[in-house]
Amino acid sequence: MADERVALQLVINGRLVRGDVEPRTLLAYYLRDELGLTGTHVGCDTSQCGACTVLLDGLAVKSCTVLAVQADGCRVTTVEGLASGGHLHPVQRAFQEEHGLQCGFCTPGAMMLAAWLVEQEPHADERAIREALDGLICRCTGYENIVRAIQRAQALSEASEEPGLQRAEGGRGR
Amino acid sequence: MSQAVLGARVQRKEDARLVRGRGRYTDDIRLPGMLYAGVVRSPYAHARIRAIDTRALEKLDGVVRVYTGQDLKGRLGSIPTAWIPPDSDLKTVEHPALAYDKVRYVGDGVALVVATSRGVLEDALEAIRVDYEPLPAVYDQLAAMKQGAPQLHQDAPQNVALHWRAGTDTEDAFRRADVVVRRTFRQQRLIPNPMEPRCAVAQYDEATGELTVWATTQNPHIHRFLMANILGMPEHKLRVVAQDVGGGFGSKIACYPDEVLVGYAARDLRAPVKWTETRSEHFLVTTHGRDHVDEVELAGTKDGRILAVRVRAYANLGAYLSTAGPGVPTILFGLIVNGAYDIEAASSEVYGIFTNTTPVDAYRGAGRPEATYLIERMIDSYAREIGMDPVEVRRRNLVKKDQFPYTNPFGLTYDSGDYHQTLDLALKTLDYDALRQEQAALRQQGKYLGIGFSTYVEMCGLGPSQVAGAVGFQGGLWESALVRVHPTGKVTVFTGASPHGQGEETTFAQIVADRLGVPLDDIEVVHGDTDRISMGWGTYGSRTTAVGGGALALAADRVVAKAKRLAAHMLEVPEAAVEFEQGRFYPEGDRRRGVSLQEVTLQAYLAWNLPSDLEPGLEASAFYDPTNFTYPFGTHVAVVSVDAETGEVRLLRYLAVDDCGPVINPMIVEGQVHGGVVQGIGQALFEGARYDQDGQLLTASFLDYAMPKARSLPRLETLHTVTPSPHNPLGVKGVGETGTIASTPAVVNAVMDALSPLGITDLPMPLSPPVVWEAIQAARQSGGVS
Repeated sequence: MADERVALQLVINGRLVRGDVEPRTLLAYYLRDELGLTGTHVGCDTSQCGACTVLLDGLAVKSCTVLAVQADGCRVTTVEGLASGGHLHPVQRAFQEEHGLQCGFCTPGAMMLAAWLVEQEPHADERAIREALDGLICRCTGYENIVRAIQRAQALSEASEEPGLQRAEGGRGR
Repeated sequence: MSQAVLGARVQRKEDARLVRGRGRYTDDIRLPGMLYAGVVRSPYAHARIRAIDTRALEKLDGVVRVYTGQDLKGRLGSIPTAWIPPDSDLKTVEHPALAYDKVRYVGDGVALVVATSRGVLEDALEAIRVDYEPLPAVYDQLAAMKQGAPQLHQDAPQNVALHWRAGTDTEDAFRRADVVVRRTFRQQRLIPNPMEPRCAVAQYDEATGELTVWATTQNPHIHRFLMANILGMPEHKLRVVAQDVGGGFGSKIACYPDEVLVGYAARDLRAPVKWTETRSEHFLVTTHGRDHVDEVELAGTKDGRILAVRVRAYANLGAYLSTAGPGVPTILFGLIVNGAYDIEAASSEVYGIFTNTTPVDAYRGAGRPEATYLIERMIDSYAREIGMDPVEVRRRNLVKKDQFPYTNPFGLTYDSGDYHQTLDLALKTLDYDALRQEQAALRQQGKYLGIGFSTYVEMCGLGPSQVAGAVGFQGGLWESALVRVHPTGKVTVFTGASPHGQGEETTFAQIVADRLGVPLDDIEVVHGDTDRISMGWGTYGSRTTAVGGGALALAADRVVAKAKRLAAHMLEVPEAAVEFEQGRFYPEGDRRRGVSLQEVTLQAYLAWNLPSDLEPGLEASAFYDPTNFTYPFGTHVAVVSVDAETGEVRLLRYLAVDDCGPVINPMIVEGQVHGGVVQGIGQALFEGARYDQDGQLLTASFLDYAMPKARSLPRLETLHTVTPSPHNPLGVKGVGETGTIASTPAVVNAVMDALSPLGITDLPMPLSPPVVWEAIQAARQSGGVS
């Protein structure tokens, strides 16, 4: 079983990646162990905590719940691909400015979820933001400043000419 | 500069890497040739190990080595506790890194497997067959103390690990009382769940004989201290490194079998080895918190004066004594059960009990939340008994401003405070009278609104080493700091504290920037590496800023003092005539001439022209041992509504008024309060570990253990008053645990206040909808007013 490997090809943070994996490899571990993208964290083994959230073809998904081979042919954005051209994504700026992180472990997943939310529902109110954070467990912040950070990211994105997520996935293409 | 940087909402230095996904957590480490280790764990809470069959592994490629408990017996020391409370008759039972004869809780390790890949490891862990003879198990501390209960350790009859008492005589006060209130509270077992699971990576250097262990620890030097002994290797050949650590909340204080095993395997196999805990493992083997049954009695007058309080606590310690396990329910709990109140007589008696459960150790607040819960719940119960507003009872009994320093019945000296000020500020902010009117109006409509208070104090900033010794902590509690100014004027700061999310890379830089007058960007704070920091005691007990920051302030002042001597030499004026302001030295009263710290530093390193008695270089260290604990305090208020049809509790408002002394970075302090408050709310409303009769943990994943979620919380309101601690260089008091300590009773008091028209006086935590709904149904059926 360990010998069997499957080829895959995907676009990660705008760069084409070709490789092969044991079929049982989860996307989260493929990113971390094979590609060294250790910004994506694994906080649980039952798909509750959301620390491993990445964007898969633009959708926020928990990468511990996707086999790497299922992502074959997809676009993946991880926290390492959120900033572009030396500029932080509005969500990254907002998390920093609003103290939306403490230990930083859930933060990559929280920010990927936030990036998706700000893109999808730029005017989500506080209640909607709190509902949308249901897929995230943070033990440090009490979510208070994560909520504030997302509200700030909404404002920053609106003020900015470029839509945040488009920029984050810049240079895409298979 | 000084006013600009100290007390400013400076953005965190650590965020620059963390928001980019460039944090360096232990599990991020990948070393060439690294092997993966996993632990075979007992599925039984109590069983004898008959045999371990590893033959199936022979067919698996990539299994490097299996160690059983029998293999390691005698090769590794017992995992020790580091807290032996005096006069407690503590039974320091053996805790082998791998069980060799008997397992004592579900998750107890029986074998270590080392493999070449994560996948092979998982296959191997499943392929090992262990033959167990199950034994009767006991998970509840009261049941474990009974005659005929299953015995965990030969040396601990009736599973009593410790029996400890403190305080004054209370008999006289109880005789004089108009009112005696008695309650029994169960403070349920909690599972800390920092979001980063534990992890350890070890690498042995054959050339030097040095072993490096990267571990998720809150106190790398304590780990080195303990592990050197357990592994039987010289302390100076062992290096323990805590890189970025993803939260701890007390659960990463303990020295666990796992990091010891990884260290052993790496040395034995001459290869790097990594072990990463799964979340499921975390639930089973990382220390739990709380788990008390407390019998409390309060004696008072009918006009609201508390005369005495006494507590008998039964603390579940789990299957083995964890590193700080015995100290939490005794010293950190039993010495402060009078809370923030001036009570003349108080006593506590604590039994620590072994059970077939995960070991219990510090969890955010560690003992002080348990103590605060008792007194704050008792205040409300007493108030109801005598028909007085609980706010008024608090007002009459809180230690008054002019009583500080205040010595409590256990001999603790509360350093400073103005407790009434925080209460008044909270009442004003809430418009308390209007809120009570609203409550009365809603009750007319059959709606349940509740207001709950918690006027807490806690002891933290651990602590004077002399006291540590007196209370049986097997270590010091001072802290070290080294401030090194490099020839170009850039600064590296080394601290023996080991922050893991609290932001001290920033607040410590703020302290140094303030003292030295150098820009924040020119200061780097180094922590968490026993090779780079001579010694330190780590981060827990809200001690980092009070003690580590105190050490830092002293070290920085020593740097300035030395630089001043050289500056005087350079300016050709007497030292006494040199002034230092915003990073520049001036002759007294002359701002036209002056030299910067940077210029002085360069001269200190060039040493071409130094005063004859001055050594070259510019750095200073300090080992700061505080003379007392610090005592942050405040008033927390929860406002809740209870839906009588569903039993659901909704938090409408939560206000925290805290006093942690001068605030170095308000943004970070508020963040600490937010997180702490929500962990305490978690205990009140959501969280609780459950075991079944066989000692199986039923709440063993995030599916079954309810962590607080964003949607269940209101916007949190935070306010501060500032009363400096008189005895540390910065006057700071610590804020990491206040929220958790204060919030649980505030929320429960609010729910009980809401349900008071129904005659409901107490309910077991967590106050989940079924618990509340059933209580409401029962009250209505028994004729309570609806």
